[in-house]
This record gives sequence, structure tokens and C-alpha cells, in this order.
Amino acid sequence: MSGVRAAVAPGPGGILVRAGVFAYVGLLVALPLAALLATGLAPGLIALWQAVSAPAAADALVLTLTTANVMALINAVTGTATAWVLVRYDFRGRDLLSGLVDLPFAIPTLVTGVMLVLLFGPQSVIGGWLARQGTQVAYATPSILLALLFITVPFVVRAVEPVLMEQDPAEEEAARTLGAGTFTILRRILLPALAPAIISGTIRSYARALGEFGSIVVVSGNIPYKTLTAPIYVFGEIESGRAEVAAAVSAVLLAVALALTLAARVIERLAGVTRG
Amino acid sequence: MGSREPTRHLGPGQWLLVGAVVLYLGAILALPLVAIFAHALEAGVGPLLQTFDDPLARHGLWLSLVLALIALLANGAVGVGGALVLPRHRFLGRRLLDALVDLPLAVSPVMTGLAFLLVFGRGGWLEPALAAGDWKVTFAFPGLVLATLFVTFPFTLREVGYVLEELGTEEEEAAATLGASSWQTFWRVTLPNIRYGLGYGVILTTARALGEFGAVLVLGGAISGRTQTATTFIYNALEERQEPAAYGVALVLALASILLLAALEWLKRQRRKEI
Amino acid sequence: MSIRVTNLTKKFNGFTAVDGVSLGVDSGELVAFLGPSGSGKSTILRIIAGLEAADAGEVWLEGERTDHLHARARGVGFVFQHYALFRHMTVAENIGFGLAVQGAARPRRRRRVQELLELMGLQGFGGRYPAQLSGGQRQRVALARALAPEPKVLLLDEPFGAVDAKVREELRHWLRRLHDEVQVTSIFVTHDQEEAFSVADRVMVINRGRLEQAGSPAEILDNPGTEFVARFIGEANVFEARVHDGQARIGALAVAVAGFAEDTPVAIVVRHYDLKFWCEDDGGCATVVRMTRLGDRVKVEAAIDGAGPIFSQFPRRSSLLHGIEPGCRIHIEVTLARTYPRSTGGVSDPARSANS
Repeated sequence: MSGVRAAVAPGPGGILVRAGVFAYVGLLVALPLAALLATGLAPGLIALWQAVSAPAAADALVLTLTTANVMALINAVTGTATAWVLVRYDFRGRDLLSGLVDLPFAIPTLVTGVMLVLLFGPQSVIGGWLARQGTQVAYATPSILLALLFITVPFVVRAVEPVLMEQDPAEEEAARTLGAGTFTILRRILLPALAPAIISGTIRSYARALGEFGSIVVVSGNIPYKTLTAPIYVFGEIESGRAEVAAAVSAVLLAVALALTLAARVIERLAGVTRG
Repeated sequence: MGSREPTRHLGPGQWLLVGAVVLYLGAILALPLVAIFAHALEAGVGPLLQTFDDPLARHGLWLSLVLALIALLANGAVGVGGALVLPRHRFLGRRLLDALVDLPLAVSPVMTGLAFLLVFGRGGWLEPALAAGDWKVTFAFPGLVLATLFVTFPFTLREVGYVLEELGTEEEEAAATLGASSWQTFWRVTLPNIRYGLGYGVILTTARALGEFGAVLVLGGAISGRTQTATTFIYNALEERQEPAAYGVALVLALASILLLAALEWLKRQRRKEI
Repeated sequence: MSIRVTNLTKKFNGFTAVDGVSLGVDSGELVAFLGPSGSGKSTILRIIAGLEAADAGEVWLEGERTDHLHARARGVGFVFQHYALFRHMTVAENIGFGLAVQGAARPRRRRRVQELLELMGLQGFGGRYPAQLSGGQRQRVALARALAPEPKVLLLDEPFGAVDAKVREELRHWLRRLHDEVQVTSIFVTHDQEEAFSVADRVMVINRGRLEQAGSPAEILDNPGTEFVARFIGEANVFEARVHDGQARIGALAVAVAGFAEDTPVAIVVRHYDLKFWCEDDGGCATVVRMTRLGDRVKVEAAIDGAGPIFSQFPRRSSLLHGIEPGCRIHIEVTLARTYPRSTGGVSDPARSANS
């Protein structure tokens, strides 16, 4: 009965645990998010639109999306390359490199921001040099991109790695015996196999980037209409006591993040990817 | 389905690719890390020790540690329990639950804080109930706990869930036919099998809890000496232009993260050895 | 401990895996559930073990209903196709597990583990881990583990499916010898006819969730009760035709058919060894297409005029093979044909029931 998963019916203990987990998730996760969505949508769609299209808000949203777009593009390429190098090659320091990839999951985002300030801030060596060249990284848009790139490194890499490891070398060997060159093999065999993982990993990194707060709030300067991203805009609105506006913009961001996560899951399931 | 051995002898083109990857990751990841440690070395041990002299800094670090411990225990237990009863069975609402589990990873921390404010804060959904019992959640310790539990929720559940899904239920079934009770089966058969997944989950949970910022800032208010975690301490210190204090605590957190990372990599290596 | 199952039904997501199956196994018997993949035989086994719950029907162990009992309370030993050994325990710990969870004292456990290690020919392996064993060794550990707590019933789910052919044969001998020594009521599931016939006292043929036939290997071989059993067991030719004048015509070949009304569509099953070919320079009803030498047998494929291929088998040095070569014309004599109404494998003898 290969295709049909047999379920060992859980006893009363199992049902209790299941109910407990449901209750926990319901109260901890579903309830607050429901409150957020409800508060954001309650004043109606027109109010929602007004909140979102307010100049500062709209600008913040555009900035968030733009930086995320660039980040996603870069990640798709570099993440795949990194996964390739970690899986297909063996070299001194490979394990160290793999450990480095996990760094963003271990380090607080705020500390990331601090590190970027130390690295690119006006007091720093690099920051001073850049200022003399006329460019600015800290307290300017490039810092946002760098922060996003930092925190999203693991997403595409870890999504592509398992797929690459499972890749059957026989397919590539067969292609070679039929006369295919390396580029063709990459294009027609490997890329299609890796595409779902690359895409879902990129989507997840995108969703993560949309909500990034800690690193950006420290290093970007939070200049409205210049370096103020959507989450920081929301923060500002909360601090100013305008919770409804904050909720409205949050509802939009949440909806986008939800849609992205769902999309990633669907892609993963369709492609039979086990880890996401 | 065979898998190939990684190439040991790399050609020039391959070295180029390795070099490019190392360059990229070095610039994006390693350089910032070097910056904070270089700065710390420059400043010397003095400021670091001063950090621990500061009672507010100490309190912040202590608070973060406590929150991490609570998250570890609570979400660790829920994660294992949930992973046991959820992914391996089909039931009504499972898809919904799966989606809910992934959510905290996609929600911005600031919005998380706002969401909890809307439930527990002034004018919130549960405010009447709270007022009746004279419980404080927002701008108090319980609020911090809730925020931390929210953001760390998925890790253990997902990690243990992956492992269990890959292993299948056969060993547990075998144990049942041999007369083992549910608890005996869990303790003797399941737990040893999930130990790496559990380890990963615990480490990721701890790291995330220590690093939580946006949600505790909004929900806790970063009231010094009361709801100011290590991260919000850094933030406040930066706002007040007290850079040495901020960098000191940041360094402590960075060191803790490196330790956690090392533990994670060590676990991964142990696991690889077993295969 | 006897096993009885009445009217067992189990559906998965709308798919009926087990369809009203009733059967019985006597105490001490070694029975095989034989059938193709997806026939439901494993599901029935798992229901008896308590690893699945049936949608309808009852399971009786030694006259007592056990449906409400969890697997752990049924005293059933189970051997899985992929061993399901506890990967983090040694061989000795695996074997001793059943006794350990029952709270047996250590000396008794150690003795029993030793006993079983010897019985299975695994002396000295006690300290090894499953990952260090070969497939055959792992399955023997699985057997030992299932037997250690002295179960009243032993169930094996395609126990030899995951090992290669040579090891499979050895394991079959183990199982048979084991059963002769331990005498525990056993059921094993397999899709391999040779395995079922060489090991079991009785064979139950299961297809599409239904019990097709139950009987001794000889009975099933010589008297297949349904079309499916006739097709599935042994190598057979199957033809479809319509009854006309007490005969069924397969191209130029006519087979006598009794007991069917005129124009009934029937399936005719002829075993490869129930045929005689002989050369006929003129006439004949078929032409030899190919002859394949298979060690001790020769397989002959012929094309019947006006119909399809027919296969036959002869012992290598059979005199019947004299003169037969590809291209020559032959007569065909059917020494034994079994005919079934052409429905979904109807029963040719309605008086034959499922329980034997």
C-alpha cells in the first residue's frame, strides 16, 4: 500500500496532546494575528487604502519592496552558487563556510545592525574612505540592502542543498553520453530540478526581508522618504499612538507575507521537496 | 539512486567559483563580524568589563537569558509533542495548522508586538478579562514571554517534525507490538532517534529568543530595569549616544551567538558521523 | 493461539483495501497470505496485529475478541519488511526490548537473548548495531526480537522482500525450521508464489481486498478456485472465447468446455505444462516461433493460426521436444484446461467456500 499512508490511530493521550497543541497554537499564534488583521481591516477597505497610500507609507512600502527585489535576485544567484560549492566540491574550509552560512540564524538582527554601523559608519575605516569617495553606506539605502543580504543568506542555500544532494548523477551521466556539454546539462537537467527549491527559498527570503526591523532600524538612519522601510514606518505609527494606521499597513504586509509563504509551500509540495 | 562523491581535485574554473562564493560570503557575513571583534579588541577588555558592572546591562542580559530558557522549555516541549502527533497523521485542520506553524517566521517582529498589543493592551480584545484579574501583560514580563514564545514557536516543531517524517513510524510500531507503552516507546525509541532534530531546534530557539528585538520593544516598552532585554538595552543605549555600553552588550550577544553556532555545527558534524 | 477474522473491511480515502474478508488460522499453523502488490494482504495482517483499525469486522485471538485492544496488548510478534530495528540499540538490546519493557529481570533477559542469538545463528553479534549488519542478519535479528517475548502469534509482513535472492532462500529455511521448533501460530505475507508454497502449511490467495482461495499448496495448484488464482499461480496461458457447441475456439485450436450455456464468454486457463506439442508436417494448428532454454526446462512459444501466442514448457530432455524447432508446424493437445465465466474472475465451483 505504498501511496496510502497508514495512520496509527492515537490513543486518548495522543488526542489530548493534539488538542493541547491546537489550543497553544490557537492562543499564541492565531489569536494575535487575527486581532491584527481584524483591527487593520475593520475601518474598511477605503481606510485601508488611505493608510497605505499616505505618502510616507507608500514610499516606505515601495522602498521595502524594491530592496527586497534586489536582494531576492542576488540571493537566487549567490545562494545557488553557494549550495553548489558546498555540495559538489570538497575543499579545505568547506565546513567553516557551511557554518558561516548559518550565522544569520544565530545572531540577533540588532547586533547585525550594530556590526554594519561599526563597519560602514562614518567613524569606521571603510565608512570614512567611502565618504571621501562621495558614497555613503551607513544611514543610506545601500545599508538596507546589505542588512537584508546578511540576514537572508541561509534561505536559498539551505533550500537548494538537499535537492542538490539528492540529484542522481546518472541523469547527468546519461546526458553526457548523449553528447551534452556542461552548459546544456546545467540548463536542461540541473536548473529544472533545482528551480522549485531556488524559487521557494527565494520566496521565503523575500517574506523574511519584508518584515526585517532590528538590523535596518540601527543602520539605515530611518530617514522618511529616503531610508524608512515599511516595518519601521509601522513602528513609528505605533510609537505615535496611531495603532489603527499601524494595523492597516501591517495587515497589508501580513497578507503579502502569508501569500508568499503559502506560495512557497505549494511549490515545495508540488516539487516533492521535503525540506522548505 | 546513487549520490556522487564531492569533487576533491578542483579545476581552475571550479576554484574560481569557490573563490567567488567565499568572497561574497566573506564580504556580507564575515566582514561585519570582524568589525565588531576588531572594535572590541581596539577598545580593550576594559569597556567589556565595565559592561558587566552596569546593573542595567546585567539585568538586560539576565532577562534575555530567562526568556530564552522559558522559550526553550515551553516550545521545546510543544515542539516535540506537536511533531509527534501532527505531521504523521491526517486529520481535519491539519493544513491549517501547518500554515499557522510557519507564520511566525514570516511575520515582522514589530507587527507581532502590535498584534499582542491589540489583544492584551489598552482597548484590546482581552483587556476586560485581564483587568478583572488585575493581570498585566503589556509592558510587563508576561508580555515579553508571549512575544518570545511567538517568535520561537516553529523551530523545534519543524526540526523534530522533519526528522520524524523521514524516519517513519515503523520503529514505534515495532515497539508497540513488543508491548511497550506510549511513554516507554517515546522514551526508549523515539527520543534517541530525534535527538539531533531536538538539538537543532533548541539551539535555534535559544538564538532567536536572545535575538528578539522588535516584538519585545513594542510589547514590552523597554522599560529599564523591568522590561528591557539585552537587545532593547542596546537600542536605548544607542539612542542615548552611549555607544560603549551598546557595543559592550552587543559584543556579549555576538559571542553568545558564536557559541550557539559552534554548538550547532558540532551537532551537525556528530550527525554526519552517524550516517 | 488460533486466529479468526470475520467480515473485515478497511477503506483508505475511499479506496477499499480490504473487502469483507473472513478467514481462520489454526493454532500452530504456518500460513501464507499470497497476492499481488496492493491486494490488501499486508493491511489484513496489520489489522490482526492491531497496527490498523478495521472499519468493520472482528478479530478473534484464541476465541476472544481483540478489536478494542491496542497492538501492545495483543501478544503479537511482528516482523516488518524493512526490519524496523531500533537503530540506536545494539542487537542484544533490540532482542531484549520486549522483555525489558515488560519489566523482566536482567538475568532472565540476558538468558533469553542468548537463547535467541543461538537459535538465529547470531552468536557474538550481540554488541553490534543494526547499521553494521547485512540485510539477512538484520532480518534474523528482527525475527529474534519478535520471538523473545514469547508471543502467541507471529506475523511477518513481506519479511524477505528487502534482501537479495540467495539470502531470501536461506531465510526461508530459517523460518521453516524456526516454526518447526517454536510451533507458534504464524502468518506471513508475500507476493512470491514459490516462497508461499515452499514454506507454508496453508496458503491464502488474496486479491483486491478479497480472499480468492484458501488451501494447501497442492490444492491451490491443482484446483484453482477462481480465474484469478488460476492466472496468478503457476505459469499459465489465458484465453478469452465464447462457448459454442460445448467447445471454445481459440483460433485454430478447439478446447472442450463443459457446463456453460451457449455463447457464454469464458476465460480458459491452461498451464504451460498441461500442453502437448508435436510436429505435424501437414496441417497442424500453430507454428513454433521461439524456443528458450532455461536450464532444466525448455520454453516453447508458438503462434496459433488465427489467434495469439501460446506458451508451453517441457523438461529439457523430454521426448516430446523431438523434432520441434522454430518454424515447424505443430498440433496442440490440451491435457488440462480450466474454464471460468468471463466476469471479474468468477468462481468455477460455487460450492467451494473461502474457509477450508
